[in-house]
Amino acid sequence: MNRQTADHATLADKFNQDEARVNWHDETLWWVRAKRDRIAWSIPEWEALRDTASRIKVNALGNLHDYLLQFEEQATRNGAVVHWAADAEEHNRIVTDILKKHGVQRIVKSKSMLTEECHLNPYLAANGIEVIDTDLGERIVQLAKEPPSHIVLPCIHKKKEEIGELFHEHLGTPAGNADPKFLTAAARQHLRKEFLQADAAITGVNFAVAETGEMVVCTNEGNADMGAHLATVHIACMGIEKIIPERKHLGVFLRLLARSATGQPITTYSSHFRQPRAGQELHIVLVDNGRSRQLGREDFRNSLKCIRCGACMNTCPVYRRSGGHSYHTAVAGPIGAILAPNLDMKDYADLPFASTLCGSCSNVCPVKIDIHQQLYKWRQVLVKEGHTTAAKTASMKIMSGVLSAPRTYKTAGKMGRWVMRAFPGMVNNRMNPWYKQREMPAPPAQSFSQWYEKNKKSS
Amino acid sequence: MKVGLFIPCYIDQFYPQVGIATLQLLQKLGCEVEYPQGQTCCGQPMANSGYEHLTHQCNTLFIKNFADYDYIVGPSGSCVLHIKDHLHDPAAEEKATGIRQRIYELTEFLTDVLKVTSLPARFPCKVGLHQSCHGQRGLALAQMSELVAPPFSKPEQLLRMVEGVELVPLDRQDECCGFGGTFCVTEEAVSVKMGKDRVADHVKHGAEVITGTDVSCLMHIEGILRRQHAGVKVMHIAEILNQNIHEQANS
Amino acid sequence: MSSREKILAAVKQNQPEASALPALTGLSGNMPGTLEAYRKVLEALGGTLFEIENETAIPALLAEHYPHLQRIITATGPERTWINEDPHLLEDVDMAVVPGQWGVAENGAIWLTEQEVGARVLPFICQHLAIVLPRERILPTMHEAYDKIGAPQTGFGVFIAGPSKTADIEQSLVLGAHGAKSLVVFITGKSY
Repeated sequence: MNRQTADHATLADKFNQDEARVNWHDETLWWVRAKRDRIAWSIPEWEALRDTASRIKVNALGNLHDYLLQFEEQATRNGAVVHWAADAEEHNRIVTDILKKHGVQRIVKSKSMLTEECHLNPYLAANGIEVIDTDLGERIVQLAKEPPSHIVLPCIHKKKEEIGELFHEHLGTPAGNADPKFLTAAARQHLRKEFLQADAAITGVNFAVAETGEMVVCTNEGNADMGAHLATVHIACMGIEKIIPERKHLGVFLRLLARSATGQPITTYSSHFRQPRAGQELHIVLVDNGRSRQLGREDFRNSLKCIRCGACMNTCPVYRRSGGHSYHTAVAGPIGAILAPNLDMKDYADLPFASTLCGSCSNVCPVKIDIHQQLYKWRQVLVKEGHTTAAKTASMKIMSGVLSAPRTYKTAGKMGRWVMRAFPGMVNNRMNPWYKQREMPAPPAQSFSQWYEKNKKSS
Repeated sequence: MKVGLFIPCYIDQFYPQVGIATLQLLQKLGCEVEYPQGQTCCGQPMANSGYEHLTHQCNTLFIKNFADYDYIVGPSGSCVLHIKDHLHDPAAEEKATGIRQRIYELTEFLTDVLKVTSLPARFPCKVGLHQSCHGQRGLALAQMSELVAPPFSKPEQLLRMVEGVELVPLDRQDECCGFGGTFCVTEEAVSVKMGKDRVADHVKHGAEVITGTDVSCLMHIEGILRRQHAGVKVMHIAEILNQNIHEQANS
Repeated sequence: MSSREKILAAVKQNQPEASALPALTGLSGNMPGTLEAYRKVLEALGGTLFEIENETAIPALLAEHYPHLQRIITATGPERTWINEDPHLLEDVDMAVVPGQWGVAENGAIWLTEQEVGARVLPFICQHLAIVLPRERILPTMHEAYDKIGAPQTGFGVFIAGPSKTADIEQSLVLGAHGAKSLVVFITGKSY
């Protein structure tokens, strides 16, 4: 899904061809944001909780080396096997090797954005192992051969009629039935069979506790548990930033996570996996894949505090009107736009610019990541590293030249309002992106400074 | 009290009436105001595009123009925020720091420094207030809907002092209009869609005039309104606050 | 150098200066740890609550409210042969009755552990779930819950809040995704 040539603006433009659909997408996600607001307001200590969560995460990042070792030691003592993967490729290889060792050909997987980031599914498929995604939304996009468009609501871009068609084609439900209740019941039946047959289950990890070596996985559907408690092999894949210091800190994060994500007080299931059950193997794969590098970027390390609630996406006016796929990366939206350039500056140079820097994201964030400030800073880094166009640099240099010299500025202004030329093609024709759907401001007879010159004595 | 009037470039060039209203309003409230003629731009268009390194000369110029004033006041939250966050000059850092601390957006200057409690203004009209993001979230001109914190709004507080102003409620009280600097042309589709949605919210609630603290947002909103031939007018808040009690609203 | 060493070395070099952990005090607001508060949240989540004096009242209530149950498993009951069987064999359980450890008023969650539940998969694989919780075990928030739970004693524990659900199709809430389709909570003990 990455390595594509179209940038966010182009993909967003395509998304906006169907305005009714944009309205629907926007309103659906705004409704989630509104639910989040209502439940946040029911907690008078909400801002103190956010602050506490942020400080715990900052502590965790500052002691990450020791916490990782502590976690490894505890998890091993608990009977888990801990693996370390430097990058996506190594992560995929480790998972494949475990599965091959057990002769597994079909696995069930619950939601893990990390495995999306690593493109695990195609890797396993190439190795002859079939993956059944078991989160309903993920199963839907998997059947549609699409990536998730949202980290919490993977098929938020799909209408129920489209899902009905997919189910008709793949699960044999009656044509034309698009009732969410009916479709969910059909998926329950279909996936139950998969749970009962699977020899191995892969889950993500929401929180890993250094103190106890346990992992907490949160779902509403119960799919992580159905997979993990039935399979003889459980593989939990996690980024190294998922570590939190102590068990009691879970209280803070579990209070914030679901409220921020969907406006519910907690997910239906918050499962604490510590030891494999009798006869089961538990593998934990700790993945770096650029995280230790991001940790070293002073301006951007706080992005690693993210608990993947998706609140920044729901609130983002750009995300709501461009859709997750426009971000062409596993984690879309504002948080994705500050994470992705760390993975590949060239491929994701467009993302930090897919924002008005309105700042709503930073203020819904339950761990207080300064997302919009990082977007601004990424822009500076990307330009400095050369991930910009020569034309843009040239126009910025002209603008800078005009604006640094008052006389040139005034002359240029008199010559017909320089701004019209400083903005790319800013004239009244259809080639001008401003004018396509907006009128230009009418240039006044005189500028303010000219007026001031004439009137200052009398005023 | 000597106030240096900061009129951002696009106001100077396209919306002189906003500069005039700001100047008259400040004078009416007893300030000694000067407009330094050497000013151009705060440098934000370059900085937000990733070219902050090209803003050094703008910064030097800004410091030269404004270092000597007790206060620097501008009718644009976005430009004021840019100066507050990014004005630096290794050769004159002390002066830069002073400016960052003494620069105010117009409405916060009125409520926080001048502590205005009444205004001799009348504007009998249904007004929709657009909360520009940089002013609201950046300068804390108003409480943002994301936080669980007591509401307040400095622009609203001032508008309520104007006789006849009827503020209309909005479905989304502080959603971004989509201007976003160069975003408005580089992400044209989303920018326009955001603007159309903002406009629709105001229109739906019967606004006759859309106002705000940032001309950049208003220029974008006005461009959309005019293309739609909607009868809704756009005015900067300074123009409303400066409406003489004896003047008619729509003169 | 192995990946483990490489990652640890990079983390050590790049991690910021350590900062102190915040205290977790004053975070519970004014949340009451009452049955009424708990009931309100649980019902909003789609759960049902019955107040009973003791567990002997359960079979009659189940028979009344769930008339079509075939296989009912009571985790604390005398017949626990299933504990040592293949967990897949629990697939046809219609109703599991399990003991809860602590209830949380702010979010309707109840803490269960493997030890009392018998088989980890039981509260998930059953079609319907009943949790029995003593009245005095309801706490205000998650902070009090973790204080009470303390260090882990078993290999698996879970907070369950309401029936399994999904809203993945157009944000329409549907109860009964993969786990239990309904949840009933029996609160035991005398009301005052």
